[in-house]
Amino acid sequence: MVDRINAPVKFRGGGFAPKKIRFTGLIVFAVLIAFWEFGSRTGFISALVLPAPSEAFAAFMELARSGMLVKHLSASLQRVLIGWSLGASLGVLAGISIGLFSLARSGLLPLVSALFPVPKIALLPLFVIWFGIGEGSKVATILFGTFFPTIIATYSGIDNIDRSLIRMGQSFGMSWISIVRKIIIPGAMPAILSGFRISASIAIILLVAAEMIGAEYGIGAYILLAGSLMQTDQLIAGVAILSLMGLAFAWVIGRAEKILLAWR
Amino acid sequence: MRLHFEKISHQYDDVEVLSDISFATSEGEIITIIGPSGCGKSTLLRLAGGLEIARSGKVLQSGKLPQGSLNPLTYIFQDFALLPWRTVRGNISLVLEDHRLSKTQRDEIIDDVLSRTSLGEFANAWPRQLSGGMKQRVAIARALSVTPAVMLMDEPLSALDAQTRAILMDDLVSLWTREKFSALYVTHNLDEAVRLGHRIVVLSRRPGRIREIVSIDISIDERDNYPLEMTQYRNQLWELMRDEALAADRELVHG
Repeated sequence: MVDRINAPVKFRGGGFAPKKIRFTGLIVFAVLIAFWEFGSRTGFISALVLPAPSEAFAAFMELARSGMLVKHLSASLQRVLIGWSLGASLGVLAGISIGLFSLARSGLLPLVSALFPVPKIALLPLFVIWFGIGEGSKVATILFGTFFPTIIATYSGIDNIDRSLIRMGQSFGMSWISIVRKIIIPGAMPAILSGFRISASIAIILLVAAEMIGAEYGIGAYILLAGSLMQTDQLIAGVAILSLMGLAFAWVIGRAEKILLAWR
Repeated sequence: MRLHFEKISHQYDDVEVLSDISFATSEGEIITIIGPSGCGKSTLLRLAGGLEIARSGKVLQSGKLPQGSLNPLTYIFQDFALLPWRTVRGNISLVLEDHRLSKTQRDEIIDDVLSRTSLGEFANAWPRQLSGGMKQRVAIARALSVTPAVMLMDEPLSALDAQTRAILMDDLVSLWTREKFSALYVTHNLDEAVRLGHRIVVLSRRPGRIREIVSIDISIDERDNYPLEMTQYRNQLWELMRDEALAADRELVHG
Protein backbone atom coordinates (compact mmCIF):
# COMPACT_ATOMS: atom_id res chain seq x y z
CA MET A 1 0.00 0.00 0.00
CA VAL A 2 1.19 3.49 -0.79
CA ASP A 3 0.16 5.83 1.94
CA ARG A 4 2.72 8.49 1.18
CA ILE A 5 1.64 11.31 -1.11
CA ASN A 6 3.94 12.08 -4.05
CA ALA A 7 5.44 8.59 -4.11
CA PRO A 8 6.96 8.34 -7.60
CA VAL A 9 5.68 5.54 -9.84
CA LYS A 10 8.40 2.91 -10.05
CA PHE A 11 9.80 2.38 -13.57
CA ARG A 12 9.33 -1.21 -14.64
CA GLY A 13 9.43 -1.00 -18.42
CA GLY A 14 12.41 -1.13 -20.76
CA GLY A 15 14.89 -3.92 -21.41
CA PHE A 16 14.53 -6.88 -23.78
CA ALA A 17 16.11 -4.88 -26.60
CA PRO A 18 19.76 -5.92 -26.95
CA LYS A 19 21.79 -3.41 -28.92
CA LYS A 20 25.07 -3.69 -30.75
CA ILE A 21 27.92 -2.07 -28.86
CA ARG A 22 30.75 -1.06 -31.19
CA PHE A 23 34.15 -2.77 -30.93
CA THR A 24 32.96 -5.12 -28.18
CA GLY A 25 33.25 -8.13 -30.48
CA LEU A 26 36.75 -7.07 -31.51
CA ILE A 27 37.83 -6.62 -27.89
CA VAL A 28 36.52 -10.08 -26.93
CA PHE A 29 38.54 -11.53 -29.82
CA ALA A 30 41.68 -9.64 -28.85
CA VAL A 31 41.42 -10.55 -25.16
CA LEU A 32 40.87 -14.22 -25.97
CA ILE A 33 43.87 -14.38 -28.32
CA ALA A 34 46.07 -12.43 -25.88
CA PHE A 35 45.11 -14.84 -23.07
CA TRP A 36 45.84 -17.80 -25.34
CA GLU A 37 49.24 -16.40 -26.36
CA PHE A 38 50.06 -15.64 -22.73
CA GLY A 39 49.04 -19.17 -21.69
CA SER A 40 51.23 -20.72 -24.38
CA ARG A 41 54.28 -18.61 -23.52
CA THR A 42 54.10 -19.34 -19.82
CA GLY A 43 53.56 -23.04 -20.48
CA PHE A 44 50.13 -22.93 -18.85
CA ILE A 45 48.76 -24.20 -22.17
CA SER A 46 50.92 -27.06 -23.40
CA ALA A 47 52.26 -26.59 -26.93
CA LEU A 48 51.25 -30.17 -27.62
CA VAL A 49 47.60 -29.43 -26.88
CA LEU A 50 47.32 -26.08 -28.58
CA PRO A 51 50.01 -24.10 -30.41
CA ALA A 52 50.34 -20.40 -29.67
CA PRO A 53 48.45 -18.02 -31.96
CA SER A 54 51.80 -16.57 -33.01
CA GLU A 55 52.94 -20.02 -34.16
CA ALA A 56 49.70 -20.52 -36.09
CA PHE A 57 50.23 -17.11 -37.66
CA ALA A 58 53.81 -18.04 -38.53
CA ALA A 59 52.51 -21.22 -40.17
CA PHE A 60 50.05 -19.11 -42.14
CA MET A 61 52.83 -16.74 -43.28
CA GLU A 62 54.96 -19.72 -44.28
CA LEU A 63 52.04 -21.05 -46.30
CA ALA A 64 51.59 -17.70 -48.01
CA ARG A 65 55.33 -17.30 -48.69
CA SER A 66 55.68 -20.75 -50.22
CA GLY A 67 52.90 -19.88 -52.68
CA MET A 68 50.83 -22.86 -51.50
CA LEU A 69 48.18 -20.62 -49.99
CA VAL A 70 47.09 -19.42 -53.43
CA LYS A 71 47.01 -22.99 -54.73
CA HIS A 72 44.97 -24.33 -51.80
CA LEU A 73 42.67 -21.35 -51.65
CA SER A 74 41.97 -21.16 -55.38
CA ALA A 75 41.25 -24.90 -55.53
CA SER A 76 38.80 -24.57 -52.62
CA LEU A 77 37.17 -21.38 -53.82
CA GLN A 78 36.63 -22.83 -57.26
CA ARG A 79 34.89 -25.91 -55.83
CA VAL A 80 32.78 -23.94 -53.43
CA LEU A 81 31.76 -21.29 -55.94
CA ILE A 82 30.84 -23.73 -58.71
CA GLY A 83 29.08 -26.14 -56.35
CA TRP A 84 27.24 -23.46 -54.45
CA SER A 85 26.16 -21.37 -57.43
CA LEU A 86 24.87 -24.44 -59.27
CA GLY A 87 23.15 -25.79 -56.16
CA ALA A 88 21.65 -22.44 -55.24
CA SER A 89 20.42 -21.54 -58.72
CA LEU A 90 18.93 -24.97 -59.36
CA GLY A 91 17.43 -24.83 -55.87
CA VAL A 92 15.81 -21.45 -56.58
CA LEU A 93 14.38 -22.79 -59.85
CA ALA A 94 13.01 -25.94 -58.21
CA GLY A 95 11.71 -23.90 -55.27
CA ILE A 96 9.87 -21.53 -57.58
CA SER A 97 8.27 -24.46 -59.42
CA ILE A 98 7.15 -25.99 -56.12
CA GLY A 99 5.85 -22.58 -55.05
CA LEU A 100 3.86 -22.10 -58.26
CA PHE A 101 2.72 -25.41 -59.73
CA SER A 102 0.53 -28.06 -58.13
CA LEU A 103 2.21 -30.84 -60.09
CA ALA A 104 5.72 -29.80 -59.03
CA ARG A 105 4.55 -29.40 -55.45
CA SER A 106 2.90 -32.81 -55.28
CA GLY A 107 5.69 -34.54 -57.19
CA LEU A 108 8.83 -32.93 -55.80
CA LEU A 109 8.00 -31.95 -52.25
CA PRO A 110 7.94 -35.53 -50.84
CA LEU A 111 11.24 -36.18 -52.61
CA VAL A 112 12.77 -33.03 -51.14
CA SER A 113 11.52 -33.93 -47.67
CA ALA A 114 13.03 -37.40 -48.00
CA LEU A 115 16.43 -36.28 -49.30
CA PHE A 116 16.94 -33.06 -47.34
CA PRO A 117 17.81 -34.70 -44.00
CA VAL A 118 20.32 -37.13 -45.57
CA PRO A 119 23.84 -35.86 -44.73
CA LYS A 120 25.41 -35.43 -48.14
CA ILE A 121 28.79 -36.49 -46.71
CA ALA A 122 27.34 -40.00 -46.44
CA LEU A 123 26.77 -39.94 -50.20
CA LEU A 124 30.33 -38.83 -50.96
CA PRO A 125 31.64 -42.36 -51.73
CA LEU A 126 28.71 -42.79 -54.10
CA PHE A 127 29.52 -39.46 -55.77
CA VAL A 128 33.13 -40.60 -56.15
CA ILE A 129 31.89 -43.63 -58.08
CA TRP A 130 29.46 -41.54 -60.16
CA PHE A 131 31.50 -38.43 -60.84
CA GLY A 132 35.10 -39.62 -60.36
CA ILE A 133 37.61 -38.96 -57.63
CA GLY A 134 38.51 -35.55 -59.11
CA GLU A 135 36.57 -32.29 -59.08
CA GLY A 136 33.23 -33.87 -60.08
CA SER A 137 32.49 -35.62 -56.80
CA LYS A 138 33.54 -32.58 -54.73
CA VAL A 139 31.41 -30.14 -56.68
CA ALA A 140 28.51 -32.62 -56.66
CA THR A 141 28.64 -32.94 -52.87
CA ILE A 142 28.46 -29.18 -52.42
CA LEU A 143 25.81 -28.90 -55.14
CA PHE A 144 23.50 -31.44 -53.51
CA GLY A 145 24.15 -30.08 -50.06
CA THR A 146 23.12 -26.55 -51.00
CA PHE A 147 20.35 -27.53 -53.42
CA PHE A 148 17.83 -28.79 -50.85
CA PRO A 149 17.99 -26.00 -48.25
CA THR A 150 17.66 -23.47 -51.09
CA ILE A 151 14.53 -25.23 -52.39
CA ILE A 152 12.96 -25.14 -48.96
CA ALA A 153 13.84 -21.48 -48.36
CA THR A 154 12.50 -20.49 -51.79
CA TYR A 155 9.16 -22.25 -51.76
CA SER A 156 8.39 -21.29 -48.18
CA GLY A 157 9.25 -17.70 -49.12
CA ILE A 158 6.70 -17.91 -51.94
CA ASP A 159 4.13 -19.53 -49.63
CA ASN A 160 4.44 -16.60 -47.26
CA ILE A 161 3.84 -13.87 -49.83
CA ASP A 162 0.82 -11.77 -48.99
CA ARG A 163 -1.97 -13.27 -51.16
CA SER A 164 -3.65 -9.87 -51.39
CA LEU A 165 -0.71 -8.60 -53.48
CA ILE A 166 -1.22 -11.41 -55.98
CA ARG A 167 -4.96 -10.72 -56.02
CA MET A 168 -4.16 -7.05 -56.66
CA GLY A 169 -1.96 -7.99 -59.63
CA GLN A 170 -4.72 -10.16 -61.07
CA SER A 171 -7.33 -7.45 -60.54
CA PHE A 172 -5.26 -5.04 -62.63
CA GLY A 173 -5.06 -7.59 -65.42
CA MET A 174 -1.34 -8.23 -65.02
CA SER A 175 -0.05 -11.18 -67.02
CA TRP A 176 1.01 -14.37 -65.24
CA ILE A 177 4.66 -13.82 -66.04
CA SER A 178 4.51 -10.22 -64.76
CA ILE A 179 2.96 -11.38 -61.50
CA VAL A 180 5.72 -13.95 -61.06
CA ARG A 181 8.49 -11.54 -62.02
CA LYS A 182 7.30 -8.42 -60.22
CA ILE A 183 5.33 -9.72 -57.25
CA ILE A 184 6.27 -13.31 -56.43
CA ILE A 185 10.05 -13.30 -56.91
CA PRO A 186 10.72 -9.97 -55.14
CA GLY A 187 8.33 -11.07 -52.40
CA ALA A 188 10.28 -14.29 -51.87
CA MET A 189 13.66 -12.53 -52.10
CA PRO A 190 14.18 -12.02 -48.34
CA ALA A 191 13.61 -15.74 -47.74
CA ILE A 192 15.83 -16.71 -50.68
CA LEU A 193 18.69 -14.57 -49.39
CA SER A 194 18.46 -15.92 -45.87
CA GLY A 195 18.45 -19.38 -47.48
CA PHE A 196 21.71 -18.35 -49.21
CA ARG A 197 23.25 -17.53 -45.84
CA ILE A 198 22.52 -21.02 -44.59
CA SER A 199 23.57 -22.77 -47.80
CA ALA A 200 26.87 -20.84 -47.92
CA SER A 201 27.93 -22.20 -44.55
CA ILE A 202 26.75 -25.69 -45.52
CA ALA A 203 28.93 -25.33 -48.64
CA ILE A 204 32.04 -24.67 -46.52
CA ILE A 205 31.33 -27.64 -44.26
CA LEU A 206 30.91 -29.94 -47.26
CA LEU A 207 33.96 -28.48 -48.99
CA VAL A 208 36.23 -29.59 -46.15
CA ALA A 209 34.60 -33.00 -45.99
CA ALA A 210 34.90 -33.50 -49.76
CA GLU A 211 38.53 -32.37 -49.81
CA MET A 212 39.43 -34.99 -47.27
CA ILE A 213 39.03 -37.64 -49.98
CA GLY A 214 41.47 -37.62 -52.86
CA ALA A 215 42.31 -33.95 -53.05
CA GLU A 216 45.85 -32.72 -53.66
CA TYR A 217 45.08 -29.08 -53.06
CA GLY A 218 42.41 -27.33 -51.04
CA ILE A 219 42.08 -25.97 -47.52
CA GLY A 220 40.47 -29.25 -46.43
CA ALA A 221 43.36 -31.26 -47.80
CA TYR A 222 45.81 -28.93 -46.09
CA ILE A 223 44.04 -29.34 -42.74
CA LEU A 224 43.84 -33.13 -43.14
CA LEU A 225 47.56 -33.35 -43.89
CA ALA A 226 48.45 -31.05 -41.00
CA GLY A 227 46.28 -33.14 -38.69
CA SER A 228 47.86 -36.46 -39.67
CA LEU A 229 51.34 -34.98 -39.18
CA MET A 230 50.30 -33.46 -35.85
CA GLN A 231 51.20 -30.02 -37.22
CA THR A 232 48.66 -28.30 -35.03
CA ASP A 233 49.95 -24.83 -35.91
CA GLN A 234 49.11 -25.46 -39.56
CA LEU A 235 45.81 -26.98 -38.57
CA ILE A 236 44.83 -23.84 -36.65
CA ALA A 237 45.95 -21.67 -39.59
CA GLY A 238 43.74 -23.73 -41.93
CA VAL A 239 40.76 -23.43 -39.62
CA ALA A 240 41.28 -19.67 -39.44
CA ILE A 241 41.26 -19.50 -43.24
CA LEU A 242 37.92 -21.37 -43.29
CA SER A 243 36.51 -18.96 -40.75
CA LEU A 244 37.63 -15.97 -42.82
CA MET A 245 36.11 -17.59 -45.90
CA GLY A 246 32.79 -17.94 -44.08
CA LEU A 247 32.94 -14.32 -42.94
CA ALA A 248 33.67 -13.19 -46.50
CA PHE A 249 30.66 -15.10 -47.86
CA ALA A 250 28.43 -13.67 -45.14
CA TRP A 251 29.67 -10.19 -45.98
CA VAL A 252 28.91 -10.63 -49.69
CA ILE A 253 25.39 -11.87 -48.91
CA GLY A 254 24.96 -8.99 -46.48
CA ARG A 255 25.87 -6.56 -49.27
CA ALA A 256 23.40 -8.27 -51.59
CA GLU A 257 20.69 -7.91 -48.93
CA LYS A 258 21.49 -4.22 -48.52
CA ILE A 259 21.12 -3.65 -52.25
CA LEU A 260 18.24 -5.99 -53.09
CA LEU A 261 16.22 -5.36 -49.94
CA ALA A 262 16.76 -1.61 -49.69
CA TRP A 263 12.97 -1.22 -49.43
CA ARG A 264 12.79 -2.85 -45.99
CA MET B 1 -20.25 1.56 -68.49
CA ARG B 2 -22.80 -0.12 -66.27
CA LEU B 3 -22.63 -3.30 -64.24
CA HIS B 4 -25.75 -5.45 -63.90
CA PHE B 5 -26.11 -8.02 -61.16
CA GLU B 6 -28.66 -10.62 -62.15
CA LYS B 7 -30.00 -13.02 -59.54
CA ILE B 8 -26.60 -13.56 -57.93
CA SER B 9 -26.38 -16.33 -55.34
CA HIS B 10 -23.17 -17.69 -53.92
CA GLN B 11 -22.02 -20.35 -51.48
CA TYR B 12 -18.80 -21.34 -49.79
CA ASP B 13 -19.01 -25.10 -49.25
CA ASP B 14 -22.38 -25.46 -47.51
CA VAL B 15 -22.67 -21.89 -46.31
CA GLU B 16 -24.87 -19.67 -48.43
CA VAL B 17 -23.38 -16.17 -48.40
CA LEU B 18 -25.41 -14.31 -51.02
CA SER B 19 -28.92 -14.91 -52.20
CA ASP B 20 -30.78 -13.50 -55.18
CA ILE B 21 -28.98 -10.19 -55.55
CA SER B 22 -30.18 -8.07 -58.49
CA PHE B 23 -29.38 -4.44 -59.16
CA ALA B 24 -27.44 -2.32 -61.64
CA THR B 25 -25.00 0.55 -61.41
CA SER B 26 -25.40 3.72 -63.42
CA GLU B 27 -22.90 5.94 -65.15
CA GLY B 28 -21.27 8.39 -62.73
CA GLU B 29 -23.03 6.93 -59.71
CA ILE B 30 -21.55 5.73 -56.44
CA ILE B 31 -23.45 2.82 -54.94
CA THR B 32 -22.53 2.01 -51.38
CA ILE B 33 -23.21 -1.49 -50.14
CA ILE B 34 -23.70 -1.83 -46.44
CA GLY B 35 -24.56 -4.71 -44.18
CA PRO B 36 -23.56 -6.51 -41.00
CA SER B 37 -20.27 -8.40 -40.88
CA GLY B 38 -20.36 -11.70 -42.77
CA CYS B 39 -23.23 -10.66 -45.04
CA GLY B 40 -21.19 -11.32 -48.17
CA LYS B 41 -20.64 -7.74 -49.23
CA SER B 42 -16.94 -8.25 -49.98
CA THR B 43 -17.81 -11.46 -51.83
CA LEU B 44 -20.25 -9.48 -53.95
CA LEU B 45 -17.44 -7.09 -54.87
CA ARG B 46 -15.07 -9.94 -55.76
CA LEU B 47 -17.82 -11.33 -58.03
CA ALA B 48 -18.26 -7.90 -59.61
CA GLY B 49 -14.65 -7.69 -60.79
CA GLY B 50 -14.19 -11.31 -61.82
CA LEU B 51 -11.98 -12.39 -58.92
CA GLU B 52 -14.56 -15.06 -58.12
CA ILE B 53 -17.35 -16.75 -60.07
CA ALA B 54 -20.91 -16.79 -58.70
CA ARG B 55 -22.50 -20.20 -58.15
CA SER B 56 -25.61 -18.91 -59.87
CA GLY B 57 -26.61 -15.69 -61.56
CA LYS B 58 -24.49 -13.40 -63.70
CA VAL B 59 -22.64 -10.12 -63.59
CA LEU B 60 -23.02 -8.35 -66.94
CA GLN B 61 -21.43 -5.23 -68.39
CA SER B 62 -23.09 -2.83 -70.78
CA GLY B 63 -22.37 0.50 -72.39
CA LYS B 64 -19.23 2.23 -73.57
CA LEU B 65 -15.86 2.30 -71.84
CA PRO B 66 -14.29 5.64 -70.99
CA GLN B 67 -11.66 6.68 -73.50
CA GLY B 68 -8.28 5.07 -72.86
CA SER B 69 -9.59 2.73 -70.20
CA LEU B 70 -6.90 0.12 -69.53
CA ASN B 71 -8.68 -1.81 -66.78
CA PRO B 72 -12.43 -1.16 -66.72
CA LEU B 73 -13.09 -2.86 -63.38
CA THR B 74 -10.49 -1.64 -60.90
CA TYR B 75 -10.28 -2.43 -57.21
CA ILE B 76 -9.24 -0.37 -54.24
CA PHE B 77 -8.48 -2.71 -51.35
CA GLN B 78 -8.85 -2.27 -47.62
CA ASP B 79 -5.20 -3.25 -47.00
CA PHE B 80 -3.94 -0.95 -49.82
CA ALA B 81 -2.05 -3.84 -51.51
CA LEU B 82 1.03 -1.78 -52.36
CA LEU B 83 4.25 -3.59 -53.21
CA PRO B 84 6.69 -2.71 -50.40
CA TRP B 85 9.64 -3.11 -52.78
CA ARG B 86 8.43 -0.44 -55.16
CA THR B 87 8.29 3.30 -54.57
CA VAL B 88 5.04 5.24 -54.92
CA ARG B 89 5.91 5.85 -58.55
CA GLY B 90 6.91 2.23 -59.09
CA ASN B 91 3.65 0.98 -57.62
CA ILE B 92 1.64 2.98 -60.15
CA SER B 93 4.01 2.10 -62.96
CA LEU B 94 3.48 -1.59 -62.09
CA VAL B 95 -0.09 -1.66 -63.36
CA LEU B 96 0.80 0.24 -66.56
CA GLU B 97 3.81 -1.85 -67.57
CA ASP B 98 1.74 -4.65 -69.09
CA HIS B 99 0.02 -2.24 -71.49
CA ARG B 100 1.33 -0.93 -74.79
CA LEU B 101 2.47 2.45 -73.59
CA SER B 102 5.70 4.27 -74.30
CA LYS B 103 7.87 5.38 -71.40
CA THR B 104 6.76 8.98 -71.93
CA GLN B 105 3.07 8.06 -72.02
CA ARG B 106 3.49 6.09 -68.83
CA ASP B 107 5.32 8.92 -67.11
CA GLU B 108 2.62 11.36 -68.20
CA ILE B 109 -0.13 9.18 -66.73
CA ILE B 110 1.80 8.72 -63.47
CA ASP B 111 2.50 12.46 -63.11
CA ASP B 112 -1.15 13.22 -63.83
CA VAL B 113 -2.59 10.85 -61.22
CA LEU B 114 0.02 11.86 -58.64
CA SER B 115 -0.97 15.50 -59.01
CA ARG B 116 -4.70 14.66 -58.94
CA THR B 117 -4.18 12.93 -55.59
CA SER B 118 -1.64 15.56 -54.42
CA LEU B 119 1.08 12.95 -54.06
CA GLY B 120 3.68 14.65 -56.27
CA GLU B 121 6.25 15.16 -53.54
CA PHE B 122 5.98 11.53 -52.38
CA ALA B 123 6.68 10.02 -55.81
CA ASN B 124 9.95 8.44 -54.72
CA ALA B 125 8.95 7.43 -51.17
CA TRP B 126 8.77 3.80 -50.09
CA PRO B 127 5.39 2.53 -48.86
CA ARG B 128 6.84 1.85 -45.39
CA GLN B 129 7.52 5.59 -45.05
CA LEU B 130 3.86 6.53 -45.65
CA SER B 131 0.97 6.79 -43.21
CA GLY B 132 -2.12 4.69 -43.79
CA GLY B 133 -3.96 7.61 -45.36
CA MET B 134 -1.14 8.29 -47.80
CA LYS B 135 -0.91 4.61 -48.69
CA GLN B 136 -4.59 4.56 -49.58
CA ARG B 137 -4.10 7.74 -51.65
CA VAL B 138 -1.39 5.91 -53.59
CA ALA B 139 -3.81 3.02 -54.14
CA ILE B 140 -6.42 5.50 -55.38
CA ALA B 141 -3.85 7.10 -57.71
CA ARG B 142 -2.94 3.63 -58.97
CA ALA B 143 -6.61 2.88 -59.65
CA LEU B 144 -7.08 6.20 -61.47
CA SER B 145 -4.02 5.56 -63.66
CA VAL B 146 -5.80 2.78 -65.58
CA THR B 147 -8.91 4.94 -66.20
CA PRO B 148 -11.47 2.56 -64.71
CA ALA B 149 -15.10 2.47 -65.82
CA VAL B 150 -16.32 1.27 -62.42
CA MET B 151 -14.23 1.45 -59.27
CA LEU B 152 -14.70 -1.46 -56.91
CA MET B 153 -13.88 -0.20 -53.45
CA ASP B 154 -13.62 -2.82 -50.72
CA GLU B 155 -13.86 -1.03 -47.36
CA PRO B 156 -11.20 1.41 -48.54
CA LEU B 157 -11.21 3.50 -45.37
CA SER B 158 -11.73 0.78 -42.77
CA ALA B 159 -8.04 0.41 -41.92
CA LEU B 160 -7.69 4.12 -41.18
CA ASP B 161 -8.31 6.11 -38.01
CA ALA B 162 -11.39 8.33 -37.79
CA GLN B 163 -9.63 11.62 -38.61
CA THR B 164 -7.81 10.22 -41.64
CA ARG B 165 -11.05 8.61 -42.75
CA ALA B 166 -12.84 11.98 -42.65
CA ILE B 167 -10.06 13.62 -44.68
CA LEU B 168 -10.06 10.87 -47.29
CA MET B 169 -13.84 10.98 -47.55
CA ASP B 170 -13.54 14.67 -48.42
CA ASP B 171 -10.88 13.80 -50.98
CA LEU B 172 -13.16 11.23 -52.58
CA VAL B 173 -16.01 13.74 -52.69
CA SER B 174 -13.87 16.35 -54.44
CA LEU B 175 -12.44 13.73 -56.77
CA TRP B 176 -15.98 12.69 -57.73
CA THR B 177 -17.06 16.34 -58.10
CA ARG B 178 -14.27 16.95 -60.61
CA GLU B 179 -14.89 13.82 -62.66
CA LYS B 180 -18.02 11.80 -62.04
CA PHE B 181 -16.63 8.29 -61.63
CA SER B 182 -18.82 5.23 -61.08
CA ALA B 183 -18.15 3.09 -58.06
CA LEU B 184 -19.35 0.20 -56.00
CA TYR B 185 -18.32 1.03 -52.48
CA VAL B 186 -18.53 -1.66 -49.82
CA THR B 187 -18.42 -0.54 -46.22
CA HIS B 188 -19.71 -1.40 -42.78
CA ASN B 189 -19.56 2.25 -41.76
CA LEU B 190 -22.90 4.07 -41.93
CA ASP B 191 -21.33 7.54 -42.17
CA GLU B 192 -19.29 6.59 -45.23
CA ALA B 193 -22.32 4.97 -46.84
CA VAL B 194 -24.49 8.04 -46.32
CA ARG B 195 -21.81 10.55 -47.21
CA LEU B 196 -20.64 8.93 -50.46
CA GLY B 197 -23.57 6.91 -51.78
CA HIS B 198 -26.07 8.08 -54.39
CA ARG B 199 -27.82 4.85 -53.64
CA ILE B 200 -27.28 2.67 -50.62
CA VAL B 201 -27.85 -1.05 -50.94
CA VAL B 202 -28.65 -2.50 -47.52
CA LEU B 203 -27.89 -6.20 -47.24
CA SER B 204 -29.34 -8.53 -44.62
CA ARG B 205 -27.20 -10.80 -42.51
CA ARG B 206 -26.02 -14.08 -44.03
CA PRO B 207 -27.14 -15.15 -46.54
CA GLY B 208 -26.98 -11.58 -47.84
CA ARG B 209 -30.20 -10.46 -49.50
CA ILE B 210 -31.08 -6.94 -50.56
CA ARG B 211 -33.25 -5.55 -47.76
CA GLU B 212 -33.69 -2.17 -49.29
CA ILE B 213 -32.11 0.29 -51.70
CA VAL B 214 -32.18 3.82 -50.34
CA SER B 215 -31.63 6.73 -52.74
CA ILE B 216 -30.25 10.02 -51.47
CA ASP B 217 -31.20 12.84 -53.80
CA ILE B 218 -28.89 15.48 -52.35
CA SER B 219 -25.80 15.94 -54.53
CA ILE B 220 -22.70 14.45 -52.95
CA ASP B 221 -20.77 17.71 -52.83
CA GLU B 222 -23.63 19.55 -51.11
CA ARG B 223 -24.40 17.07 -48.40
CA ASP B 224 -22.53 19.06 -45.75
CA ASN B 225 -25.17 21.81 -46.19
CA TYR B 226 -28.05 19.51 -45.24
CA PRO B 227 -27.10 18.13 -41.83
CA LEU B 228 -30.72 17.56 -40.79
CA GLU B 229 -31.68 15.54 -43.85
CA MET B 230 -28.45 13.56 -43.69
CA THR B 231 -29.13 12.66 -40.07
CA GLN B 232 -32.59 11.46 -41.08
CA TYR B 233 -31.12 9.21 -43.77
CA ARG B 234 -28.59 7.94 -41.31
CA ASN B 235 -31.27 7.11 -38.75
CA GLN B 236 -33.44 5.47 -41.37
CA LEU B 237 -30.53 3.21 -42.37
CA TRP B 238 -29.66 2.44 -38.78
CA GLU B 239 -33.27 1.36 -38.17
CA LEU B 240 -32.94 -1.00 -41.13
CA MET B 241 -29.62 -2.37 -40.00
CA ARG B 242 -29.86 -2.56 -36.24
CA ASP B 243 -31.77 -5.82 -35.87
CA GLU B 244 -29.67 -7.49 -38.56
CA ALA B 245 -26.45 -6.33 -36.93
CA LEU B 246 -27.63 -7.52 -33.53
CA ALA B 247 -28.60 -10.92 -34.88
CA ALA B 248 -25.36 -11.23 -36.88
CA ASP B 249 -23.37 -10.37 -33.78
CA ARG B 250 -24.93 -13.23 -31.85
CA GLU B 251 -24.28 -15.84 -34.52
CA LEU B 252 -21.66 -18.52 -34.07
CA VAL B 253 -18.80 -18.41 -36.51
CA HIS B 254 -18.98 -21.24 -39.03
CA GLY B 255 -16.18 -23.71 -39.37
